[in-house]
Amino acid sequence: MLRMEAVTKIYRTQHFETHAVRSLNLHIREGEFVAVTGPSGSGKTTLLSIAGLLENCTSGSVELDGEDVHNLSDYERSKLRNRKIGFIFQTFNLIPDLDIYRNVEIPLRYRGLPRAERKQRIEASLIRVGLGSRMHHFPTELSGGQQQRAAIARAISGSPRLLLADEPTGNLDSEMTNGVMDLLAELHAGGATIIMVTHNNALAARAQRNVHIVDGNATDRHVKEPLANCSA
Amino acid sequence: MLAHHFELALISFGRNKYLTALMIVTIALGIGASMTALTVFHVLSSDPLPGKSQSLFYVLVDPQTMEGYYNGIEPPAQLTRFDAEELYRAKRADHQTMMYGGVVAVQSLSGKQNSFMAAARFTTTDFFPMFETPFLYGDYWGHDADNELKQVTVIGKSLNDRVFGGENSVGRTLRLNGRDFTIVGVLNHWRPAPKFYDLFVGKRSFGEAEEVFLPFSTAASLQLETGGLINCYDQTSPGMRLYDITAPCVWVQFWAQLNTPERMQEYRVFLEGYSTQQRAIGRFQRPPNIRLRTLREYLDFNKVIPENVHLQLWIAFAFLIVCLINMGALLLATFLNRTSEIGTRRALGATRGEIFAQHLVEAATIGFAGGVLGLGLTWLGLWVVRQQPVQYADLVTLDGTMLLTVFVMAIASALIAGMLPAWRACMAPSVLQITTQ
Repeated sequence: MLRMEAVTKIYRTQHFETHAVRSLNLHIREGEFVAVTGPSGSGKTTLLSIAGLLENCTSGSVELDGEDVHNLSDYERSKLRNRKIGFIFQTFNLIPDLDIYRNVEIPLRYRGLPRAERKQRIEASLIRVGLGSRMHHFPTELSGGQQQRAAIARAISGSPRLLLADEPTGNLDSEMTNGVMDLLAELHAGGATIIMVTHNNALAARAQRNVHIVDGNATDRHVKEPLANCSA
Repeated sequence: MLAHHFELALISFGRNKYLTALMIVTIALGIGASMTALTVFHVLSSDPLPGKSQSLFYVLVDPQTMEGYYNGIEPPAQLTRFDAEELYRAKRADHQTMMYGGVVAVQSLSGKQNSFMAAARFTTTDFFPMFETPFLYGDYWGHDADNELKQVTVIGKSLNDRVFGGENSVGRTLRLNGRDFTIVGVLNHWRPAPKFYDLFVGKRSFGEAEEVFLPFSTAASLQLETGGLINCYDQTSPGMRLYDITAPCVWVQFWAQLNTPERMQEYRVFLEGYSTQQRAIGRFQRPPNIRLRTLREYLDFNKVIPENVHLQLWIAFAFLIVCLINMGALLLATFLNRTSEIGTRRALGATRGEIFAQHLVEAATIGFAGGVLGLGLTWLGLWVVRQQPVQYADLVTLDGTMLLTVFVMAIASALIAGMLPAWRACMAPSVLQITTQ
């Protein structure tokens, strides 16, 4: 699903060079649920940015779903991201002026889907996360857990091949955290490939695989169960 | 997608009510000021005879003495009666007319009204077809009236309304300066702006057209005086009147219609030949010094548009630029305030182009709203202009072209002002970078 080979990312300013990721190799197979852990500043978010096609790596190669994305233009990467990747953010990133229905509609608009198909997908994904009765609520009218569920609905509404979650429970209390993690587990059980960045080792333990990053280098720490059912 | 961007713009306005209102007022002020100045300029610089002005030429020859002569010196601004009549008789143009302006006393034959003074133009028959005067009743006089000193007249609509109650007065008699003239035609409302054919009567380049038109020859024989400028370039003989045909004084305007560039070239050669001939017989002293200017060139040469109108236009556009800079700064602040939202949209698949377009549509929508308010301010500005004691005041109105220009300019200005902020918006960092910052 996602293959990163010798990926390096260097941020350069006039006076400094920062190596956010160093010769990182990572292979995520279809259907995997991978937790990425590591201390602050270790390169987790940079890894997620590169995997999510939000940034290009300085060197190395990145393949998504068998397609080399390193040399794609910004336009091509945006279109690919829209079709194949769903994002879940720590701060939910719902647009406060739009109701939940409109928030979930955003990626579908950019895909250019017709109104009827958008409606069907929005309703299906909101029902799936348990917000079928709150489609026309605004984000401020929902609890944190509900907002994150809405964000997950937005991420899955376009049926992406890969879900990227950046500290998805970082702003939630323990009860809401469990709810969101259950939902991710449910999505995974349904076949979704998920990469989740987290500081929380307990949450990381709920993933199949834990990739630990320190100083931009990734190491596999733990595989919960054989991935017999996963294909490359 | 455009409709979606428009919808997002409206949502953004709801979010930033006061800032949006400030931007709309800012651009409206700029548009109001610049469109007021531009409308005045548009009215004053418009072509009084669209489609025909290129074939109409103001004719000058130089009959002056050698005193003060140098190569390229401008000839006098009008012709002597002698030269005008000679050129008219030669009939070397497709149409030609000579003329001067004055006033006549109009007396009602019925005796119901007191006599009053009316502006008059003393001209030849070709004046009417050359300048495309619209006739309400009747027609213009023929060449025979010019040649035979007939006492015929064409009158304007307002005079016809005043004296004859708006009835068809063709064939009726009008007493002018104590003599009876037969009315052969009544003009419909006609007000060329600028009043190009004579810039020498009272310096009223944008005044009303005359109410009485008489044959030049008849007026000259009746010694009807000019109300315009007379310049004498040499001593007159004892007992000579300024209007005598041999007087060394210029006071007659002469226009030629030349339908093709070849005809214009031929006429230029004719004028040079005429000047050479007059020099040979001793009337002219200077080498041929002629001018043949198109109507447009003639108006430009005489700087018909007042200098202050040019200045006002520059100031108004400078003000618009200041308004646009302010609007650009406000847009930039608004757009950069939503970096997180932009980053989210990018993560969800928006291309930079879509983000750029979204923000440009927002700027254009503000521009359109500014145009609506700016239109009101333009109307207000033009009303203020119409209250000014200037001869073109009543001409200054907003026509369809300028109405459309208000909105085109408002939207275009907003797009220009929004270009940089929209660019900065679409180059915003990804939402993950924002989160880590």
